[in-house]
Amino acid sequence: MSAQTASTSQRIAVPRWRRYRPDQQWEAYFFLLPSFAGFLIFVAIPVVASLVLSFFDWNLLSPPEFVGVKNYVQLLTNDRTFRQVLFNTVYFTITIVPLQLACGLLLAVALNQSMRGLEIYRLIYFMPVVTTIVAAALVFQWFFNRDFGILSAAIWELGSATGLPIRPPDWLNDPDWAKPAVVILTLWKNTGFTMVIYLAALQGVPRELYDAAKVDGASGWQRFRYVTFPMVSPTTFFLMVIQMIGAFQLFSEAFVMTRGGPAQATLTIVYYIYQMAFEFSRMGKGAAIAWVLFIFIFLFTFIQTRLQRHWVHYEAGGES
Amino acid sequence: MTPTPLPPAAGARAPFQAWHVLVHAALLLGSIVMLLPFGWMLATSLKAPPQIFTYPPTLIPNPVMWQNYLDTVQAMPFGRFYLNSLFVAVSVTTIQILTASLAAFAFARLRYWGREILFLVYLATLMIPFQVTMIPNFILVRYLRWYDTFYALIVPTAFSAFAVFLLRQYFLGIPVELDEAARMDGASSLRIWARIIMPLSGPVLAALTIFVFLGSWNDFLWPLVVTNSNDTRTIPVGLASFQGQFNTDWHLLMAGSVIALLPVLLVYVLAQKRFVEGITLSGMGGR
Repeated sequence: MSAQTASTSQRIAVPRWRRYRPDQQWEAYFFLLPSFAGFLIFVAIPVVASLVLSFFDWNLLSPPEFVGVKNYVQLLTNDRTFRQVLFNTVYFTITIVPLQLACGLLLAVALNQSMRGLEIYRLIYFMPVVTTIVAAALVFQWFFNRDFGILSAAIWELGSATGLPIRPPDWLNDPDWAKPAVVILTLWKNTGFTMVIYLAALQGVPRELYDAAKVDGASGWQRFRYVTFPMVSPTTFFLMVIQMIGAFQLFSEAFVMTRGGPAQATLTIVYYIYQMAFEFSRMGKGAAIAWVLFIFIFLFTFIQTRLQRHWVHYEAGGES
Repeated sequence: MTPTPLPPAAGARAPFQAWHVLVHAALLLGSIVMLLPFGWMLATSLKAPPQIFTYPPTLIPNPVMWQNYLDTVQAMPFGRFYLNSLFVAVSVTTIQILTASLAAFAFARLRYWGREILFLVYLATLMIPFQVTMIPNFILVRYLRWYDTFYALIVPTAFSAFAVFLLRQYFLGIPVELDEAARMDGASSLRIWARIIMPLSGPVLAALTIFVFLGSWNDFLWPLVVTNSNDTRTIPVGLASFQGQFNTDWHLLMAGSVIALLPVLLVYVLAQKRFVEGITLSGMGGR
């Protein structure tokens, strides 16, 4: 993104009509004022304020007390909950991101066939994306109910029909199964989004490439592996970054479905920020966790941008 | 797609038919999985409690309890939540589109001291997650005595660098000759913004409107933090507090969920294309 911005701002400097116009000075500020005032008060200043706040202890009742880096040191050295939160976040990220990408790409490839009646599938698969997450989490909570939920019933039936010792887990009350439950909800909710983005990318892959591969005798799998996959790799990269940021920011799913439990098994970073600030009234520590979240997002995005050279394929010429 | 009949493809057409059936079957199965939670929600919302707590679970409600919906609306003011959500989402969308398009115009078209630096400040905040600014904003809202008011729900969420960035990129793509000609004819900047730039930005404005509206309508964390009464709760927060009060009355909770989802899904089905465009565009813009 930074490269793109740099190139656009270079382009701006060139045209003659864009030279400094003193007569536009005040006019421009008039255009900017409504947006910039709001932006300054509710975005820019709060960013700085939050960093400053993270060096204080403040419960909103007594005056704030400067504690230096104590909040950060505490988080990173002797906060067992935070360690659990980080573990949960890693778990969610490495399960949700690949599964989401794989499901989305698979669906997109299926929908990219020139067949009749595929629009209805797109309508259906995208439906959860526009659904309010609270309602979705409520249904899934009921869905996962061990005694009367439809999923458990299906697993029971499967067990008795095949004679295998399959028993439904007590999804939301079992620390080992609550995480997969959140993963399933997230997959259901967001796969439509990945699918639609992939679909747009697939439609940009020139047909000639497939035809050429066919002439060379490439099988269906080979065409996917050596044509489709590299051609959509910029999209894969983009989705990976976006979904990873999303996985870092999980909140509503866990809040509604599991309340972060059982035994903190689904406590996420954002949930921990929420608890710290609005349940325990520790504003400074909450802000510190938020900054750790931001640093993670920044670092992982940076690492992925670095790694992309090795596997993302950009069409240089775009000639056809 | 279809209109290129190549010689080898003609021969390859026959085996493709069998493959089509397979794809349809797989997609159909997937659709059932995707729709099952909606179906399960609807079915449960119409069941009587004894039928809910029986094993094995049944999908068809018998008897059909329309009464559940009446009980739900009487237990929780969902009508009020709707109005709140609608008011908040419309306000946020209007303020955001208006202020962002004015600012984007200044960034794309006007020349003045400080432009590059100001734009850089906007860009720098694009990557910062909302959670970072949430706590200072909460403190600010309390300080302004906005807690549990519509001001708290609307004003802090109405300004985003993203909208400014997205619109500026789009405005840059509109030929400058158009506004130069208008300027020759003596049109003011405001007039150029209103009569040339905005009318030519229909698609991006439509997409942004849907994105901002839906984001505001479905937002959960911020309304959860700043509301505390049914007078200000939006649909998602209202539903969550409903869950807190009736946490095992699944027929009521599911009826509440259906009530919360129905209008959005209805509009979505009617304007599917626009929704998909709006949401993907937002994704492409980089959040």
